[in-house]
Amino acid sequence: MAKITFITSDGNTTIVEGSTGSVMELAVQNKIKGIDGDCGGVCSCATCHVHVNPEQWDKTGAPDELENDMLEFDDNVSEYSRLSCQMKVSEDLDGLILTVAK
Amino acid sequence: MEKSKISDPFKKARLEKGFGKMNDQNDPVTMILGHKDVRKSAHNWKTFQSGGEEVGRIVVPSEVHIRDTRQIPFEVDPPEHKGYRDIVEPWFKRPLEAKYQENLSQIINNVVDEALSKETIEVVEEFALKLQSRALTILLNVPPEKADLWISWGTHVFRSEDTALDSSKANILYDYIDAELDKAIANPGNDLYSVLLASENNGTKLTKEEAKGVMILTFAGGRDTVINAVTNSIAYFAEHPQALERLRDEPEIMNTAIEELIRYFSPLTQMGRVVTEDTQVCEHALKAQSRISMCWASANRDERVFEKANEVVLDRKVNPHVAFGFGTHNCLGATHARQIMRILLTVLTQKVKSMEILDCEENIENLDEFKRKVGFDSIQVKFNKL
Ligand code: HEM
Ligand code: FES
Repeated sequence: MAKITFITSDGNTTIVEGSTGSVMELAVQNKIKGIDGDCGGVCSCATCHVHVNPEQWDKTGAPDELENDMLEFDDNVSEYSRLSCQMKVSEDLDGLILTVAK
Repeated sequence: MEKSKISDPFKKARLEKGFGKMNDQNDPVTMILGHKDVRKSAHNWKTFQSGGEEVGRIVVPSEVHIRDTRQIPFEVDPPEHKGYRDIVEPWFKRPLEAKYQENLSQIINNVVDEALSKETIEVVEEFALKLQSRALTILLNVPPEKADLWISWGTHVFRSEDTALDSSKANILYDYIDAELDKAIANPGNDLYSVLLASENNGTKLTKEEAKGVMILTFAGGRDTVINAVTNSIAYFAEHPQALERLRDEPEIMNTAIEELIRYFSPLTQMGRVVTEDTQVCEHALKAQSRISMCWASANRDERVFEKANEVVLDRKVNPHVAFGFGTHNCLGATHARQIMRILLTVLTQKVKSMEILDCEENIENLDEFKRKVGFDSIQVKFNKL
């Protein structure tokens, strides 16, 4: 089980729990505002963009090349940007805090 | 395996130069072919503009001579683009609702049942066009009978046999939309026409001309694209029964399968932009006021991004395709199109054992230097029950 916190653009904080699937799927199941997951998680739409809490960057690790190329053209990109569909929910992510980019 | 194959005519030019040239009604187009350059150009809306003076010029083949109505939000640049997009976006997300999917499922089950009940069926006109038109009634929230007229227009409502564009045919659609908008003005309802006419952009009501611009785009943008996606899917599964079998056994790969088929088919080959300042791509100089196009179909076969780019890999996990465009103008109808694909594939796995292609006529786009197959003019198929 991992507890993950989402901070949305309206300032709300939601804590959700999950053990399988991607972080995007977990967010969509819990109707987290600003995470649409239009492409279902194949790295083609960037509607699952989040900023990782900088202090927890080690937990998630950096994006790979294809994910990075996708983020490069996103207007809200930061040093700590990730596509949440490319992160697997696991114990390792327990306590993670993500700010939704949109 | 050959009939369902969609080849990649851009490979050589993409690798050697990164661009191609196409003459279109004496208004040449520089086609951008590489994945990275395509995304970069789509992102750069200041240099590569959609909303210039000459309405219809960003479409290839150009529609400058057949249309004066600006298509919205397609031919509008930021920041105005966002105002329009925000109005229509919630409406075009309705395909995520359960009731919408139920209605769509009913329609798709009906066309599949009909195909199974016949000895053979011509898939473009009798299957894909019907499916697409009836599905559009749900998107517009209009009575299902409205589809009968749209079906009667045939697949060539914007095309004729010899020229790609035919203004008399296009006028059938524009006149129809005018009339439907007048009805909605007189008698507002819960359909997209009425919703558009009642919406406001920065405090002012959308004009009839603006609503018309959205409606034309909704009809035109979602017609050939969906018809090709549906027809090509039937052809693919007819020639790859083991792929249909696999989807039956592993429904969990449905999402990656849909995205992969859409990548492979790339139902919209390219879309243009007007260059606003002297610039260059791939070390090739581009003059202000000239045209470029982003060739989604070529980008989607870029071997630097996609392993086995010319193969359909149904469980391709990372698939940054641009079949629905990229950035600002990404496809507004994608949610609807994806639901159509999801339900179609599901119903095929539930009801169809196999399909056989008996005869077919390919639809080849003539892009000067390149010839690209986008689908079929006709394809006769026998459907076998599960
Ligand atoms: C598989 C089917 C489809 C494909 C492959 C497709 C492809 C595309 C592409 C590549 C673009 C980007 C154009 C650009 O950058 O200038 C686009 C935009 C658009 N598409 Fe689609 N499309 C499909 C279905 C639909 C449907 C069903 C509708 C509506 C009924 C639709 C409506 C639109 C609209 C309104 C835009 C313009 C969005 C904007 O400018 O903000 N499309 N489509
Ligand atoms: S869900 Fe589309 S890129 Fe993540």
